[in-house]
Amino acid sequence: MEKVVYLDNNATTMVDPEVVDAMLPFLSKRYGNPSSMHSFGGDVGRDVSRAREQVARLLGAEHDYEIVFTGTGTESDNYAIMGTISFYRDRRHIITSRVEHPAILSLCKKLERDGYRITYVPVDREGNLDIQFLKSSVDDDTAIVSIMYANNETGVIFPVEEIGAFLKERGVPFHIDAVQAAGKIPIDVNKINCDLLSISGHKFHAPKGIGALYVRRGTRMRPMMYGGHQEKGRRPGTENVPGIIALGKAAELAMEHLKDDRNMQRLRDKLEKGLLAKFGNSHLNGNRDRRVPNTTNIGFEYIEGEAILLLMNEFGIAASSGSACSSGSLEPSHVLRAMGVPFTSAHGSIRFSLSRFSVEEEIDHVLSVMPEVVNRLLEISPYWDNEKKQGLPINL
Amino acid sequence: MWDYTDKVKELYIHPKNVGKIENADAVAEVGSIVCGDALKLYLKIDANHVITEAKFETFGCGSAIASSSALTEMVVGKTVEEAEKITNQDIAKYLGGLPEEKMHCSVMGNEALEKAIKSWKGEDISHDEDVEGEIICQCFGVTDPLIRKVIRENNLKSIEDVTHYTKAGGACGACIHKIEDILNEELDQAAVAAKKPETRKPLTNIKRMQLVEETITDVIRPELQKDGGDIELVDMDGKKVFVALRGSCSNCVVSSVTLKNLVEAKLREFVEEDIEVIETR
Repeated sequence: MEKVVYLDNNATTMVDPEVVDAMLPFLSKRYGNPSSMHSFGGDVGRDVSRAREQVARLLGAEHDYEIVFTGTGTESDNYAIMGTISFYRDRRHIITSRVEHPAILSLCKKLERDGYRITYVPVDREGNLDIQFLKSSVDDDTAIVSIMYANNETGVIFPVEEIGAFLKERGVPFHIDAVQAAGKIPIDVNKINCDLLSISGHKFHAPKGIGALYVRRGTRMRPMMYGGHQEKGRRPGTENVPGIIALGKAAELAMEHLKDDRNMQRLRDKLEKGLLAKFGNSHLNGNRDRRVPNTTNIGFEYIEGEAILLLMNEFGIAASSGSACSSGSLEPSHVLRAMGVPFTSAHGSIRFSLSRFSVEEEIDHVLSVMPEVVNRLLEISPYWDNEKKQGLPINL
Repeated sequence: MWDYTDKVKELYIHPKNVGKIENADAVAEVGSIVCGDALKLYLKIDANHVITEAKFETFGCGSAIASSSALTEMVVGKTVEEAEKITNQDIAKYLGGLPEEKMHCSVMGNEALEKAIKSWKGEDISHDEDVEGEIICQCFGVTDPLIRKVIRENNLKSIEDVTHYTKAGGACGACIHKIEDILNEELDQAAVAAKKPETRKPLTNIKRMQLVEETITDVIRPELQKDGGDIELVDMDGKKVFVALRGSCSNCVVSSVTLKNLVEAKLREFVEEDIEVIETR
């Protein structure tokens, strides 16, 4: 396969070669069990501790034992909510948003069937959370509020600090799904005042199969699994040592790049401006000013997202779409629907997500081939007037 | 990523017959931009009923574009009567198969073709419930007759199948129970139909008469009575069955269609394959 222009980094990222180097010894010579008494295993335990510190630093956690390693972002999300509600058994209300990841939404649907009252906070046309709605939904019965830091489809950042301050005052546990924020923007759990925060390694250049949950000291919750003493009994089972080492290294590298690397945002903006300027029938989905720096979601009117992706694929470009067809569901993404994106472009929305490995030539390649992709599909579209080069009136 | 065949890939990358036909003899539009896929089909039909040209415009995913392109390639050169026989299965077969979740694209193609032919014949294709049948899935505007037709033609067995093939039930899910009822009815009928080959051996005259009477009483008459019609068995001569249509059927303009599609079809299904029905008055 030819070299791919990979602009689907919100789906997963390339493992940083430095991360690979860091984890490799733990896949070969250094296979000791960190719990062992002998130094062959005990030394590995020290490396695990160092990785824990690295992750704690990325999140601004005060104590390294506030980091619990998990298998995935989904596991962290599930543990945060299930662990909390199984402690506060008499509270039967959960607040989340309409645009969360399925890791939260599917769990909430299940809990709804179990008799929980779930409040889904809406978003506006630009994908901003209705924070007044959230605040007025909190009551004595609220067991936990779970809100994402940044949305995976639009990149829109939610006002987690404001929510955190409000909830702290009321003593309501606050979980943040920071899977799409970690490594992309600075995170400080103490500034946010959250009790729990989920991250996933493969979204910021660690491999798949490693995640973490930040659990503030003193947070009351129960484990989801029972077994050994690993992770202080909060997540028993022998540690995924290579994954943990990789996550630590990825966290360290992310911090370095967060300090002064503005290239990713510059390229994202170049791509976005270029596409919006080229196509009169395109528009941005999401708040332009409150976004993670790697994501842009562009709606193309009168054409369909999967078809766009398939043609882009022919030009070696990997991106993703909120269209119905591409996911196998029959409706456009719940995020775009919650935002009220007009039907003329809801099915034609494309998400481009960059990483620090994205380079100028890749963006130029996309900008140079997209006219062919879009125009070919417009020519086929029954909603496009090929002579006048404009959309046709649509009767519903 | 979908497991598309090479044929599907070829046709969504280089679709054939894209565009409009000015002065087309038949045009049909199905689907909508809200639903996520739509197809506009244009046909040119000559005096001998031969489809000489077919073009399409499609809003939709790769398999929708490929199905549309396939459809236009399949119908050109065929007479209307031949084209009418094309099913969604034929379109899928032409493409070397489609992922289950994408079968609705082939159904959309088939729907457009049927609608185009109907409009060419001058039949009413307006959005009238009496014509199109009850809308079961409000989200995607899928009707009862379409669901039944697709279940039968594709031998569908589950609600999930129905959703994959028609999209019905794929959004809010409110119509799932209705789909289940339709599916159960169709499966029951299929089960009855499947049983009959066991009883099918050369019939004596008496046996044949009994079966014809039973079928008319149990299957055909109830169908006709739904529309205020009725039927009377007048006589039999070997495999020739003489019937008279009564009630609203007796002056119905499509009585000959009823006779062929319902009476004869059911008798052939339940009694013998070479039964011939003749109307007497």
